[in-house]
Amino acid sequence: MARQSTGTIYTTAAGVPVYGMVAEYATPADVYRAAEAVRDAGYTRWDLYAPFPIHGIDEAMGVKRTKLPILIACIGLTGASLGFLMQWWMTGVDYPMLVQGKPFTAWESFIPITFELGILSAAFTAILGMLAFNRLPMWNHPLLRKDRFLRCSDDRFMICIEAADEKFDQDKTRHLLEAAGGTNVDLVEEEPEPVKEVNDHH
Amino acid sequence: MSSAMHPDEATARRLAGLAAAPAAPTGGTGDGSLDDGPGQRAPLVLNNRSFADVTNIVCGYIENKPARWWLPAVLAAGSVAGLGGMFIAYLVITGIGTWGLNNQVDWAWDITNFVFWIGIGHAGTLISAILCLLKQKWRTAINRSAEAMTIFAVICAATFPGIHIGRQWMAWMLFPIPNANAIWPNFRSPLLWDVFAVSTYGTVSLLFWYMGMIPDLATLRDRADARLRRNPNSATILPFIPVRIDKVRLMVYGLLSLGWRFSSRHWHRYEAAYLVLAGISTPLVLSVHSIVSFDFATSVLPGWHTTIFPPYFVAGAIFGGFAMVLMLLIPFRVLFPYMRDLITLRHLENMSKIILATGMMVGFAYGMEFFIAWYSGSQYEQEVFLYNRLMPPFLAGEGERYAPYWWAYWSMIGCNVLSPQVFWFKALRRNPLVIFAVAFLVTIGMWFERFVIIVTSLHRAFLPSEWHMFTPTLVDIMIFVGSCGVFLTLFLLFSRFLPMFAISEVKAVLPQASPHGHGGETGQGHGNVMTGGH
Repeated sequence: MARQSTGTIYTTAAGVPVYGMVAEYATPADVYRAAEAVRDAGYTRWDLYAPFPIHGIDEAMGVKRTKLPILIACIGLTGASLGFLMQWWMTGVDYPMLVQGKPFTAWESFIPITFELGILSAAFTAILGMLAFNRLPMWNHPLLRKDRFLRCSDDRFMICIEAADEKFDQDKTRHLLEAAGGTNVDLVEEEPEPVKEVNDHH
Repeated sequence: MSSAMHPDEATARRLAGLAAAPAAPTGGTGDGSLDDGPGQRAPLVLNNRSFADVTNIVCGYIENKPARWWLPAVLAAGSVAGLGGMFIAYLVITGIGTWGLNNQVDWAWDITNFVFWIGIGHAGTLISAILCLLKQKWRTAINRSAEAMTIFAVICAATFPGIHIGRQWMAWMLFPIPNANAIWPNFRSPLLWDVFAVSTYGTVSLLFWYMGMIPDLATLRDRADARLRRNPNSATILPFIPVRIDKVRLMVYGLLSLGWRFSSRHWHRYEAAYLVLAGISTPLVLSVHSIVSFDFATSVLPGWHTTIFPPYFVAGAIFGGFAMVLMLLIPFRVLFPYMRDLITLRHLENMSKIILATGMMVGFAYGMEFFIAWYSGSQYEQEVFLYNRLMPPFLAGEGERYAPYWWAYWSMIGCNVLSPQVFWFKALRRNPLVIFAVAFLVTIGMWFERFVIIVTSLHRAFLPSEWHMFTPTLVDIMIFVGSCGVFLTLFLLFSRFLPMFAISEVKAVLPQASPHGHGGETGQGHGNVMTGGH
C-alpha cells in the first residue's frame, strides 16, 4: 500500500488506495523532456516506461550508475579462483596424478578451465543480479492492470509517479505531468489486498 | 524490393495493421544495399516503419496461423531427427563398432560433426557479443535468430562426443563428480578443457539468448493480454478444446518474461548486464574453438601439431557460422516478405563481406600450413600435406603415390577459398540467390575441412604398417543426417513460437528512437548499449 512517510494514504473516489499517477507521451523526445521536468521537480519514487532503452534517459531521470558490474566482477573472480582451487586440490592433493611428467600442481594447464568457470559464474551473476536488483520476477504489478499501460511494450512512453513519493500531490503532480506534454493522465489503483484465509487452528 | 501482398492471405490480414503502402525510401540505394557515399547509408529498417510496425511484423508471424508450409516442414524435419535418434539408440545398444572407426582412424565422422556443429555455433555469440562491442548496429536484425541457431548447433555438437565415449551411461564421469573409483578427471587433458568450454559456452549462450528475449516475451504477453481484455471469448486452440490461445500465451509468455514492465530503471541495469555479458562472451567465444583446436594441436600427430590451429579454427568457425545464418535467413526472407524490411540487402551484404574476409583468413591458414610443413623440415609433416591431402592421382603420374582423400581436400579448397571470391563483385554480393549458393558451398566446405584435418592426418601416420582407410557406415551417415533434422526442427519451432527479431533492439535503431529529434544525416538514430550506438 502506498503510504507516504508523512502518513497520508491517497485513495480514489471509490476509496481504493492509489499506487501512483501515470501520464502518456507519444515520442522519445517528449518523454525525455518530461523526465527532466520530473527529476528537476525533486521527485524520487517514479519511473519511466519505454519499449526500448532510450539513449541518455538515465541522465534525464537522474538514475545513478548501477553497481551490478562490480558484483559481476567479484563473483566472476571468485568462480575462477574456486575453479583453480578445485583443479589444484583434485590433481595435486587428493589424488596426485602424474601426467606428462609434470609437477603435480603445475598451474599452467589449469588455466583454460579456470577461465571458463570464471566466465560461467560471471554470466550467471550478470543475469541473476540484474533480475534481483530489478526485483524481478514480479508477475503482478498495479501498472500491468491498466489497459493503456500495455502499449508501453509497443510504441508508447509513460511516466508514473508513485503516491508514496514525499512530494506526491494529486493536483500538483497532475499539473507537472500535463505541463510536460503528458496525455491521458490517470491514477493507478493499488493491487487489491490479497484475501488471506483465516485459520483458527494455528 | 517489392512490397506486394503476401500470397498467404492470413498473414496479409494479420499484418493489415501495418502502415499504408510504403513510399519509396529516399536516399541510399532504395533497396537497402550499401551505397558508396558514406552520407547516403541505407537505413537499417526499410519503408519508414514505425515502432508499432516493427512489433506487428515480428509478433504477427507468431500470432497468426502458421504458413501452410510450416507444419509439413516441422514434421519432415522432426522425422529425420527421430530417425537419427533411432540410429543413436542402435549405436548405444550395439557399440561404436557400428561406426566406420578402426584402430588407426579412431576419430572420424562423429568428431568431424562435433567440430562442424560447434563451429556453426560461433556466429550467434559473435554477432551478439563482438559486433555489439564493435558498435555494429546492423546486428539487431540478425542477432536473435543467430543466437537461437547457436544454441541449436551446440545441442547438435554436444551429442557427438557424448555418444562417442563408448559407454554412454558413464558420460557423467566427464565432470568432476566424486565416484566409486575415487579418481578425478585429468585436468591436463584438452579433452576435459573441451567439456568445460563447450558446456560453459552452451550455458552462457542460452543465458544471453534468454535475457535478450525477456522484453520481447513481455511484448507478446501484453499483446495477448490486450486482446483478452478486449474480447474475453477469443479463439480457442481447436474448436473442441475450450482453451483460449491467448490465455495460454498470456500464461507462458507471462511466466517467461518474469513480469518485465519496460521500466527505464530496469532497462538501465539490463543494459549494464548486457554489456558485461557481451564483454565476457567475446573472450569466451574465442576460447571455445581455440580449446577445440587444442584437442588436435597438443597431440604430436603430423597435420595436427600446429600452432596456427587456434586462430585458424576461430576464423573457420566464424566463416561457417555466418554461412549457416545466411542459409537460414535468406529463405525466411522469401517466405516472410515483411522481414525484408528488417533484414535488408545491407545486412546480407555485410555478412557476405564477413564471409569473404574470414574465407581469406581460412585460405591463408591453409597456405601457411604448407609453408610451415616445408619450413619446419619435418618430413612427416610434409608427407601428410602432400601425400595425405593434396596430391590428386592425375597429377601424381603413372604408378606414383597420390593422396587417397584428395577429393576431400580439393572440395574444401573449392568451397571455402574459391567460392567466396564471388563476393568481390558488388552485384553478386547483393544477389540473395548467389549468397545462398555460396553459403551452402561454404557449409559443405567447412564440413570437409574438419574431415580433412581429422581423417587425413590419422589414416596415415608414422608407421606404414598401421595405415588404414576410413569409410563411413550407414550409422555414421544417419546420425549426422539426424543432427541436421534436430537443428532444423528446433529452428522451425523457434521461428513459430519465439520472436525471431530483437524487437526492442530494432526499435532502438529506428531514426525516431532518438530523444533529440530525428537522427542525423545517416538517419540511424542513437541506439543504446545493445545496439552499440552512441
